[in-house]
Amino acid sequence: MNPAMNSAVTSTMNAGMAPIATPWFFYALAGLAVASGVAVITRRNAVHAALALIVTLLSVAGLYLMLYAPFVAGVQIIVYAGGIMVLFLFVIMLVNIERSSKERQFNRMWPVGLAAACALMALFVSAFTKGRTLFPDRMISLPESSNTQQIAGMLYGEAGRMGQYTFAFEIASLLLLVAILGAVIMTKKKI
Amino acid sequence: MVPITTFHYLVVAAALFVLGVIGVLTRRNVVIVLMSIELILNAVNLNLVAFSRMWGNLHGQVFAIFVTVDAAAEAAVGLGILIAFFRNKETINVDEIDLLKW
Repeated sequence: MNPAMNSAVTSTMNAGMAPIATPWFFYALAGLAVASGVAVITRRNAVHAALALIVTLLSVAGLYLMLYAPFVAGVQIIVYAGGIMVLFLFVIMLVNIERSSKERQFNRMWPVGLAAACALMALFVSAFTKGRTLFPDRMISLPESSNTQQIAGMLYGEAGRMGQYTFAFEIASLLLLVAILGAVIMTKKKI
Repeated sequence: MVPITTFHYLVVAAALFVLGVIGVLTRRNVVIVLMSIELILNAVNLNLVAFSRMWGNLHGQVFAIFVTVDAAAEAAVGLGILIAFFRNKETINVDEIDLLKW
């Protein structure tokens, strides 16, 4: 980043952070995301877990908006909450939930799994308490109005040149094609 | 009131990640295991977007979009495998999926 641009960015940076919403908004969204995340992994009925996951995804989309990422928030709502979750709900309808909701919900090794997850949480806590000073307190404001345009420039290229991620974008489309073929072939009864 | 910094977002993302790991390691229902994987990927996305904000460039957001593409591909293939398996064995419990064991 050149110095002129840097000073321009600094002048748009304001003292606190919260230009869009108050910190309370962040705490509400984060609490909602974590609470419905707990509901995802504890509900007996898979449909309820899916609905709780939709709430988590929507509140994470709200957090993206607080981070000046409107395009990623839109992708989150359209692709995740709109596409992937519909896929999940269809599969839940196809496999019978009646029987599986009456069965034991946790596998036999659940104490080991829980202990491993607690160890991971302890790792996070120690890393975050030790490395707290690594993260600067002030965050840089990104231009929100041209966010989608800049992401498009990086993905598709701009001014006749290939973008930085154009090749990766094409590879991603190939990955999606392979995933579609795999899903169709695996769900066919006879190939 | 403390202003919200990158660190706050990292804590939320770590909480979601740990919840997803607990779901993957303890639940029996494969559909819920796949949903927990989605939770994990969302935690990673939140980290990427928070770091993008911290450094003031958009590479993290582009990367988050690629992670979303991966999540869609993974969900499609995983649920396809699940349907094929359910057709053969009439079960969706992880500990009863042992066709490759002998």
